[in-house]
Amino acid sequence: MTSSHMNSMQRVLKTLSHQEPDRVPVFLCVTMHGAKELGLTIEEYFSKAENVAEGQLRMRKKYDHDCLYPFFYGSIEIEAWGGEVVFHDDGPPNSGLPFLKSLNNIKGLQPPRVMECRRLLEVLKTLALLKERVGDEVPIIGVVMSPFSVPVMQMGFDNYIELIYEYHGLFEQLMRVNEEFCVEWANAQLAAGATAICYFDPVSSPTIIPRDLYLKTGFPIANGTLSRIKGPTATHFSSGICLPILSDVVATGTAIVSASVTEDLAETKAACKGKLTVLGNLNGIEMRRWTVQHAEKMVKDAIAKAGAGGGFILSDNHGEIPWQVPDEVLIAISDAVYKWGQYPLNWINDYAG
Amino acid sequence: MTTVEKRFEMALLAVDRVVAQESLIEAKRAKIPNNHLEHLIVSTLDRIGQMWLDGSVSLSQVYMSGRICEELVENIFPYAETDQKPSRKMAIAVLEDYHMLGKRIVYSMLKSAGLGLLDYGHVEVEEIVHRVIEDDIQILLISTLMLPSALHIKDVRTLLRKSGHEPKIIVGGAPFRFDDQLWVEVGADAMGRTASDAVKIVNSIDGGDR
Repeated sequence: MTSSHMNSMQRVLKTLSHQEPDRVPVFLCVTMHGAKELGLTIEEYFSKAENVAEGQLRMRKKYDHDCLYPFFYGSIEIEAWGGEVVFHDDGPPNSGLPFLKSLNNIKGLQPPRVMECRRLLEVLKTLALLKERVGDEVPIIGVVMSPFSVPVMQMGFDNYIELIYEYHGLFEQLMRVNEEFCVEWANAQLAAGATAICYFDPVSSPTIIPRDLYLKTGFPIANGTLSRIKGPTATHFSSGICLPILSDVVATGTAIVSASVTEDLAETKAACKGKLTVLGNLNGIEMRRWTVQHAEKMVKDAIAKAGAGGGFILSDNHGEIPWQVPDEVLIAISDAVYKWGQYPLNWINDYAG
Repeated sequence: MTTVEKRFEMALLAVDRVVAQESLIEAKRAKIPNNHLEHLIVSTLDRIGQMWLDGSVSLSQVYMSGRICEELVENIFPYAETDQKPSRKMAIAVLEDYHMLGKRIVYSMLKSAGLGLLDYGHVEVEEIVHRVIEDDIQILLISTLMLPSALHIKDVRTLLRKSGHEPKIIVGGAPFRFDDQLWVEVGADAMGRTASDAVKIVNSIDGGDR
């Protein structure tokens, strides 16, 4: 097969093997935009698997990017734990008041069963519908919150940081329960049709905790959890930095790491070379007010810094593109990848940025 | 930096309450006046906030440092809380989501700096407008984690303006760090990148009024 006839799956696999495919792969992590496509509210859209599957297929056609991303929203896992989720008209549903209202609630906490949670079953159905439609031609990305990061929604960020530092026994207990759920949820998604699992672990980023604490907490938890997930994984720090812990992230066995817009992409790529594929690092928050010309420049800059040699997937650095980002910007990003991302990237040597 | 300052900073970064308290008690025994000790606490938290911005410390250390300092201020200076009350009424809130961390850090920092304020916790747009009017708040600090919540600060500004209220609005949180024009777009008067920025901004607003 020549590189000019690659489908999205072949393109992504080639870059994951740290070789240059036909062009730079691009993952647009669009979730809520599917509701616009179908003329539904965000709450209506995420109420049925058929909506999300159709939305993802339409968005892939419209933006012409290289994955399907049937991620509903982060707080869906909180629904599974019995917590409250609050829907909005213009953004992702948020978790409501933390359901772990006191440290005592951790004692005796049992993980929910995936097959007993209606909304999680809708996600599995979505994955199955998409797999039926695209087979092995397009990567379908499943998503889990890491056992180490989901307590931010379970008990509140402030309470959770105090738990990590000051209540070791309860922390360990919570991690054991969360890991059981995370592994079951990830493997259920793989069985339903996901090609790989994106492991969202923002609390492990040095933006949130120092490396010495990560080595005692988020790192062994990622090691244990990822080793039990029966498929490839990507580790996402949701815009948090990763450079100080890259060698540790490699040791967890993950294949992809997200790059933050606050770190130099060329430096991140150099540190990951041959070991991890870099995913990133367009600024999703700023993106909503980009012009078409600026979008092209941002794409060109990123490709110039990280595209050479493969091992790079262009994406945003948050893992969820805000509802407010207009279609013309997303299309401009995709167009710019087609224009500037064709390998070999001969132009980058003369590119001044 | 003096030896006491260095020891205090290291204790905070190591989340060591005991050594942090000992450092301040030693300084107090050495007859360092309370206002100098307060300055030591605030300047140390300021340095830690700056270190977070340059990536050399983490948010958990910033948060725990603030919590420890808040406790120390209450324990060691029980009568010093009136030293620097702002001349205008001030309140802090998290708009629309339940992510309280940023607000807690700023609250601890302001309390450690001797600045009293009301804590509204989690509020929706209409509730914050109602409370600001009812309490006659003149400096309003709003923390957000999510972009839509940040954008809704514009609604808070509009509704307050319609009611004839023009408090100074100071905003902070992740969306503002990723888009440095967002605070202007939502009609805020200032944006803080760190908690110690909040102290500086409050003092400048307050001082500018005298």
